[in-house]
Amino acid sequence: MHELGVVFHVIKMVEEVAADNNLTEVESVTLEIGEVSGIIEEYLQKCWNWAVVKKSDILRNSKLIVEEIPAVTFCEECAQTYETVKYGKICPYCESQKTYLQQGNEFSIKEISAC
Amino acid sequence: MKEYKVIEVKRSIFEDNDKDAAKLREELKQQKIFLLNLMSSPGAGKTTLIKRTITMLKEELKIGVMEADIDSDVDAQAIADTGARAIQIHTGGMCHLDADMTRQGIKEFGVQDLDIVILENVGNLVCPAEFDTGSSKNVMILSVPEGHDKPLKYPLMFSVCDVVLINKTDVLTYFDFDVEKCKEYIHIRNPKAKVMFVSSKTGEGFDEWVDWLRKETADWVQ
Repeated sequence: MHELGVVFHVIKMVEEVAADNNLTEVESVTLEIGEVSGIIEEYLQKCWNWAVVKKSDILRNSKLIVEEIPAVTFCEECAQTYETVKYGKICPYCESQKTYLQQGNEFSIKEISAC
Repeated sequence: MKEYKVIEVKRSIFEDNDKDAAKLREELKQQKIFLLNLMSSPGAGKTTLIKRTITMLKEELKIGVMEADIDSDVDAQAIADTGARAIQIHTGGMCHLDADMTRQGIKEFGVQDLDIVILENVGNLVCPAEFDTGSSKNVMILSVPEGHDKPLKYPLMFSVCDVVLINKTDVLTYFDFDVEKCKEYIHIRNPKAKVMFVSSKTGEGFDEWVDWLRKETADWVQ
């Protein structure tokens, strides 16, 4: 399960940040997740709830907040951008296939709230 | 009432893993060890391909195999039958290996006596492509029964591989597998990918594959 692996990553990274800042209790962790990153929030939340209890003292009671970043594709041919999920790889304006994902594949920790 | 404060982190999971992977790659280069990350769907023939590769190279190169699976040790036992050293890494339900897990596996395995470590990644065409393991080169197997359209369906996997091995060519006549279309689809996603046709069962095409591995290993340790 993909979500479980990334949850372990997040826990490890948050524990590093907490140690660097002398924090002992994390209230919430905010993630930024791209629309086409392949992560399903519902699964992520379930993995989170299981993993923080099993794997981490400082994150035990923490809440996971997910902010979604919309997916946008850029067309090299006509230099316009469009919604990735709706149109896919082919530009709806000029039908070119020379397009690339500008944003929407992110998976980052934005911030944590802790004491 | 506890006073919580907000701390900005702004760290990407993938970038974090990429940094860790780059570090591991450098450490292995210093130790003159070539790490081959082998990926494919379940049943594409990773273990059988590894066994034949070891048999062909065992007089000249010392090869060890790290088998990543969710459970069981059937693959590690199959490799051990060739006389090569093998270790089974259980991913604990996870669908891919990341650089940190690879490092732990290498530490436990002990690789000082080896020239090549083959990492048999979890059978899956999606997540293993997203996580750099720290390998020297990435190779994937696409087997004939899976169909020639897979490069279009799993673009990321094909775009991260240095070599795509089309395996099970001995059954080509029984499937509607279009060899030319397959090559074309792979090169749309990854113009630099080397495509080789092999059969782990008959040994067809293995000279080219083993030559590639021999040359890349020699270049890596220089």
